[in-house]
Amino acid sequence: MISVQGLTKSYGSTDAVRDLTFSVDRGEVVGFLGPNGAGKSTTMKILSGFLPADAGEVGIAGFNICSQSLQARSRIGYLPENVPLYPEMRVGEYLRYRAALKGVRSRRMREKVDDALELCFIGHVRSQLIGTLSKGYRQRVGLADALVNEPDILILDEPTIGLDPAQIREVRQLIKSLATRHTILLSSHILSEVEMTCSRVLILNKGRIVATGTPSELRERTGLPLSGPVRMEVQAGDQAAIQEILKAIRSLEYVSSASLIDSELSGNWARFEILPSSSGDPRSTLFEEAVRRGWKLRELSARESSLEEIFTSLMTQLPVNAGTKVEVVS
Amino acid sequence: MRVFWILWRREVASAFQTPMAWVILFFLLLVTGFNFYAGVSVLNHGPTEVTVVESFFNTVFFWFSFLLLFPLLTMRLYSEEYRSGTIEPLMTAPVRDTQVVLAKFFGVLFLYAFLWMPTGLYFLIFWWQTHLTAAGAVGAFVGSYLLLLLMGMFYLSLGCLCSSLTRHQITAAVMTFAVIALFFLTGLLSFLAGHVDTMMQGVTITFSPIDQMTQFSRGIFDTRPVVWYLVMTGLCLFLTLQSFQARRWRS
Repeated sequence: MISVQGLTKSYGSTDAVRDLTFSVDRGEVVGFLGPNGAGKSTTMKILSGFLPADAGEVGIAGFNICSQSLQARSRIGYLPENVPLYPEMRVGEYLRYRAALKGVRSRRMREKVDDALELCFIGHVRSQLIGTLSKGYRQRVGLADALVNEPDILILDEPTIGLDPAQIREVRQLIKSLATRHTILLSSHILSEVEMTCSRVLILNKGRIVATGTPSELRERTGLPLSGPVRMEVQAGDQAAIQEILKAIRSLEYVSSASLIDSELSGNWARFEILPSSSGDPRSTLFEEAVRRGWKLRELSARESSLEEIFTSLMTQLPVNAGTKVEVVS
Repeated sequence: MRVFWILWRREVASAFQTPMAWVILFFLLLVTGFNFYAGVSVLNHGPTEVTVVESFFNTVFFWFSFLLLFPLLTMRLYSEEYRSGTIEPLMTAPVRDTQVVLAKFFGVLFLYAFLWMPTGLYFLIFWWQTHLTAAGAVGAFVGSYLLLLLMGMFYLSLGCLCSSLTRHQITAAVMTFAVIALFFLTGLLSFLAGHVDTMMQGVTITFSPIDQMTQFSRGIFDTRPVVWYLVMTGLCLFLTLQSFQARRWRS
C-alpha cells in the first residue's frame, strides 16, 4: 500500500530524512519509533503529500504522491502532529466540511459523519465549538477527520501525545479496532505504545532507519532479557545488614552488579539497584533469596528502559546479534 | 468546481462565525453613515455643484474607511492557516492549490461586497424621500459601485498575496496597507509635478483611485481603469499561487 524508495529531505543544511526505503503492505499496522527530531513527522508529511521530497519516490496505493497527488491524497487519512483545527467551527460541521472536501457525496454524508463520530466517541460533542474542546477531544476530532471518508491508508502522527492515561488507552483501543479495515502507519516515541498497537516497527534515528522487525524481535535485539535495571527495597537495620544483603545479591545468578541507592528511607528501608546480566532475568531468584533469608521485601520492579537506551544498545550490539532473523538495515 | 464551492463556503462562514466581520461592518456603517449625513447636510446648505453620490464617494471619511478595510479583511487569510497549522489538513485533502487560492479570493470578495451593500440603502432611502432626479442618476450610482468592486478586487488580491507571504497577520496587514497606499498616492503625482499635461492625466486616471472615483461618481465611464484593475487582480492572484506553492517547497 505504501512504498518508499530512497526518500531524502533536508531543511537548509540539516538532513531531516536520508535515503529512507521501506514499504507497508495492505492491512499492516506499522509503527515509526524514534526520538524527537528523528525525522518521523517529516516522513509522514511527505507521505501525506504536504511536503515535497528532495529525492526519492513515494507510492500510495499505486499512485505517485508527486505526479498523481490528488488520487494519492484521496486514499490517505492523515492526522497531523498537534492536530490543527478551525476553532470557530462546530465538530459536526467540521467533519461534514472535511468529508465533502474528500469527496464524500451528500447522500452518504450523514451516515459517514455519524460513523466517524461514533467510532471516536465524540457523538455527544458534535454541536460544540472546536475551540472549547480539551486536548483529548481535539485529538479524537482529528482522528475522526482522518477516517471520515474511510481511506485505505491512515497516517497518524503521534496519535496519543498530550492525552491522559485513560484517553491514551481509548485511542490505542480505537487504533487496534481500525487495523482490521485500514492500513495504518503511526509514529510514536513511546516504545510500549508501539509494542501494543503495531505488528511491525521501524526505528528511526537521525533520519535513517536503524532497525525494523516485530516488537518482540526488537526487544531480543537489545540483547537484554530486561531492558533496564531492577529496583529492590528491603528492610535493613544497620550498615552491616546492608553490606550483607549487597553481598548476597551480588552472588546470585543473572546479577551483573548491585548497588545501594538510598538507605535514608524511614523505617530502615534500603533501596538497591541491580543490573541484570545478559543471560536472564534476576527477579525470581532475588525473590527466592529474600524468602530464604527472611528479608522483609516491599518492592521488586524492573524499570522500562528508555528509547535512548534501546538505541544505544541497538547501535552497540548490532554486530553481535547479526545472526538473528531481524532485518538489519543500517 | 465542487471543491471550490466547499472551500468558498467555509471561507465565508468562518468570516461570519468570528466577530471580525460584524465588528468591521459596524464601524464601516458608522463612518459611512456619518459621511452620508454630512453629504446631505452640505446639500441642505444651498446650491452646490456635486450630487449626493459624488459627495458620498469623495470624502476623507469614505477613503479612510475604504483603505483600512483591505488589511483587516485579508491579513488572516493565509497567515492564520500557516500559523495554526490548519494548512496541513487542508493541503493533504485532495484539493488543488488553485482551488484554494481562488476560494480564498472570492470568499473575501463576497465579504467585501456584503460590507458595502448596506450603503446602497442610503441612496435608496434618499431617493425615496426626496424624489430628486440628481439622486436617481443611475449611471453615477452604478459607476461608483462598479469602481468600488474593481478597486476592491485589486486591493483584495494584493492583500491575499501579502498574507500568503508570511505567517504573521500583522506583518501581512502592514505590507498590504503600505502597498495599497503606494498605489493610492500616485494620484498625488500631479500635485508634485505642479502642472497637469495629457500624459500626467493618463497616469492619474489609470492609477489614482481618487481621480477615477471623481469621474465614475459623475457617471463618466472609462475603460482604462477597468482593464488596469482586472489585469492587476489576475497578476496578484497568479503571484499568490506562486508564493503559496513556493512556501511548501521552501519549508
